[in-house]
Amino acid sequence: MTVAPTMAPPAPTAVTSRGRMRRRFRRRPLAVIGLCGVVLVVLVALLAPWIAPYDASASDYSAVLKPPGTGGHLLGTDDVGRDLLSRLMVGTRASLTAGVLSTFLALVIAVPVGMAAGYYRGAIDAVVSRVTDVVLSFPFLILAVGLAAILGPSLINATIALAVSQIPMFVRIARGEVLGLREQEYVQASIVNGAPSRTILRRHLLPNILNPLIVQTTVAIPGAIIGAAVLSFLGLGVQPPTPAWGTMLSDAQQYIGSAPWFATFPGVAIAITTLSFNLFGDGLRDVLDVRMGS
Amino acid sequence: MSTPTSTRLAVEDLHVRFDSDDGTVLAVNGVSFDVGEGEVLALVGESGCGKSMTAMALMGLLPPTATRSGSIRLAGRELTGLRQREMRELRGREISMIFQEPMTSLNPVYTVGYLVAEVLRRHEGLSRRAAKERAVELLELVRIPAPRQRVDEYPHQMSGGMRQRVMIAMAVACNPKVLLADEPTTALDVTIQAQILDIMRDLREKLGTSVVIITHDLGVVADIADRVVVMYAGHVVETGVVDDVFARPQHPYTIGLLGSVPRPDLAPTSASDRLTEIPGIVPTLRQPPHECVFAPRCPRADDECRRDMPALVETAPGQRAACVHPGPVPERAGAAS
Amino acid sequence: MRWYILRRIGISLLTLFIATVVVFVGVRALPGDPAVAMSAESASPRALQAIRVQYGLDKPLPVQYVNWIGHALRGDLGHSPKTGLSVAQTLVQRVPITLELTLLALLVAIVIGIPIGILAAVRRGTIADYVASTTALGGLSVPHFWLGILFILLFAVHLGWLPASGFVPLTSPLENLQHMLMPAVVLGIGLAAVVMRQMRSAMLESLGADYVRTARAKGLSERSVVGVHALRNSLVTVVTVVGLQLGALISGAVVTEQIFLVPGIGKLTIDSVFSRDYPSLQGVVLVTATGYILANLLVDLAYSVLNPRIRVGGAAS
Repeated sequence: MTVAPTMAPPAPTAVTSRGRMRRRFRRRPLAVIGLCGVVLVVLVALLAPWIAPYDASASDYSAVLKPPGTGGHLLGTDDVGRDLLSRLMVGTRASLTAGVLSTFLALVIAVPVGMAAGYYRGAIDAVVSRVTDVVLSFPFLILAVGLAAILGPSLINATIALAVSQIPMFVRIARGEVLGLREQEYVQASIVNGAPSRTILRRHLLPNILNPLIVQTTVAIPGAIIGAAVLSFLGLGVQPPTPAWGTMLSDAQQYIGSAPWFATFPGVAIAITTLSFNLFGDGLRDVLDVRMGS
Repeated sequence: MSTPTSTRLAVEDLHVRFDSDDGTVLAVNGVSFDVGEGEVLALVGESGCGKSMTAMALMGLLPPTATRSGSIRLAGRELTGLRQREMRELRGREISMIFQEPMTSLNPVYTVGYLVAEVLRRHEGLSRRAAKERAVELLELVRIPAPRQRVDEYPHQMSGGMRQRVMIAMAVACNPKVLLADEPTTALDVTIQAQILDIMRDLREKLGTSVVIITHDLGVVADIADRVVVMYAGHVVETGVVDDVFARPQHPYTIGLLGSVPRPDLAPTSASDRLTEIPGIVPTLRQPPHECVFAPRCPRADDECRRDMPALVETAPGQRAACVHPGPVPERAGAAS
Repeated sequence: MRWYILRRIGISLLTLFIATVVVFVGVRALPGDPAVAMSAESASPRALQAIRVQYGLDKPLPVQYVNWIGHALRGDLGHSPKTGLSVAQTLVQRVPITLELTLLALLVAIVIGIPIGILAAVRRGTIADYVASTTALGGLSVPHFWLGILFILLFAVHLGWLPASGFVPLTSPLENLQHMLMPAVVLGIGLAAVVMRQMRSAMLESLGADYVRTARAKGLSERSVVGVHALRNSLVTVVTVVGLQLGALISGAVVTEQIFLVPGIGKLTIDSVFSRDYPSLQGVVLVTATGYILANLLVDLAYSVLNPRIRVGGAAS
């Protein structure tokens, strides 16, 4: 009985019950809507060939540019008579692949590189920083367009091009966070205790930089989806006849006056997908931010 | 207890309640106290006892999730019914406040002189030049060396102690009746602490400002305060003149607080050479208590304590305590004191 | 401070140098034989070889690079085999157009984004905030090239208020603005949404800061608290973010120019990629990258001006 009056223990910062986070999330209706949207889009992408009412590649020259609702085509037909709804559904695959996959590819490469740069500093940091700067000095689309042109138009190459364009941002974040965290006492303690660098990076640093990375991912994915749409709009993504939303928009441009629905619906599809990811991302960010703040 | 010439600040039955995502918190419960002219009142308690909230309530700076009730009279004028616009006239001029973290409490993109002059321009309508002159005088008043140079410096160019002095200068610029100081020395080194308290004592004498100093450090209380109010879980549990309360503490919580501080100034006795601990932690009140709030941690608690929260009554000349078993601990072999 | 500026400039120059190498190599990496691309259809092997010699394509790569950079530093970026015009001249014509588009878009973004962002922060949690935030989110999510197509549909085809495409030089300002209005708005909406959200978030953070608490304790009016204390600190964040978004603007310009047929460098880039016009492509990407690095440098320096902590050294705590 020798210690001064005890004070309330400080709230733990890195551990909050999943339940509490889930509750906070559920209290934000917009975020829940976003999540539903994301799930819906993913489901459509996975099940597209089975749930599409028509064959997305089947052209029907007798039913060209029909307005929505005619002859069983819920959203109308395109310039060679293909059912728009089916094409939109199948097109989800291209968009999600290029959009989401590219982001994860970027993460897988950028995070280790960025962490290494921030942790080891010195020559590694100098090289990584300059390379990042150089890549960042090319505007996102110009870089993506250039890469896609060099590699040749295809879904895979478009994905790669988008991934490369996203790497610098993730590298910057990973590096920045590690730079800050390595001065923290618990890291210093581990180093003094002789823990191998790899362990420190994996066990101490990685979990603590997850939050800003998650936040950036929620911003990056919608950007990548739109980027994928731009690439296919310019003809640098999936090649016809595989449906892609951007390509559909590009085709629709010349019929803007006569068949406006052709140009409207693909855009709506992109907007809904992006909006869903954005809403979900926002909600996620809010929930995580509260945790970070404590 | 010396009767102050007049009551500058009268707080009666103040309640502050928060309604948040995680439920309701009763931060301040029925707090009442007076501060006389030129008097220094200390508001003491551990973290989470509601003392900072009390101060924010006095200033009218509670967050929107808070509900306040009770009476606050500043020089006779009732503050609780005032609209924000009217309250803004008073803040900084009649009643002002300094905060705990001098590092972050000053806006980093403006010079120290600008920040001090701002108060003067706002409340006394001084011109830029006149306000700056006054700012230099104020910096000198709080003993900042070379004030004419310092007035054009930015907060990050100054040490913590100096920043706190700037805050004091801002707070007393318009000669307020009451100055609230929320843990003004907690973030500072001990040697700087003494300087800051010195300055505050000086100001009290020169300007006659009444001071309410909020702290968990009993040493600060002993140093500068005339009277003390001890708070626990949002309730006032003891009040009195500092010397009396320190010599003859009435409430078991106060006794525990005093017993936990090393007292090299006291002659060693068998009871005072061991520091005591109060087991448990300060509770967060979510409902009105059905027993004495301190009962769970009190060595004297019995059934009578668990019937209801005791009222604040005079238990010794000039001292009040909210306890049904008040009074210093009788000398018992091996007992904590 | 001077040291900081010099260092920053040094890094920018190094980055620029590496970027030029990347541009050079990248363009060379495009599939197809440059000589074939630059010549007429079915040219004879001898003609192809002549072209190679003429453009120095037969020399080793590093020599080509040095030639190119050497000429570029003197302002000579070669000639476009497609149009026969000097690349530098084409750029001089087109850069101001894209610049005008970008600046107008930036104006749109700031004029819309900043006030609404402040409003949303000050009225946090109210209907105004929800409406503003949701609209901003919508503005972010909508693909701007689709928006452009819709705008054309609505304002040009149906209502006939604005021309669908094309460009009129600033010599006739009214017509110029008529043509630029839609592209600028389309390009600026996305950025406006970003600006609005950043502004809101930065303001919320400022408004929750200790120094704002101090400002309120001084009895300052809400207008002073928001406009003098919170705003200045938020602007620092927003400037940084806007700086980062400049690249996005140029990216957006690429497609916007395509849709509205604005003869700027965005359209030039696309056209050059597809027509394998290497000199033009090299020139455009070089200029873009240079401009971008320069813009970043300026933003960095502006940031250091706004934030005295970088400008004037700190003291011991």
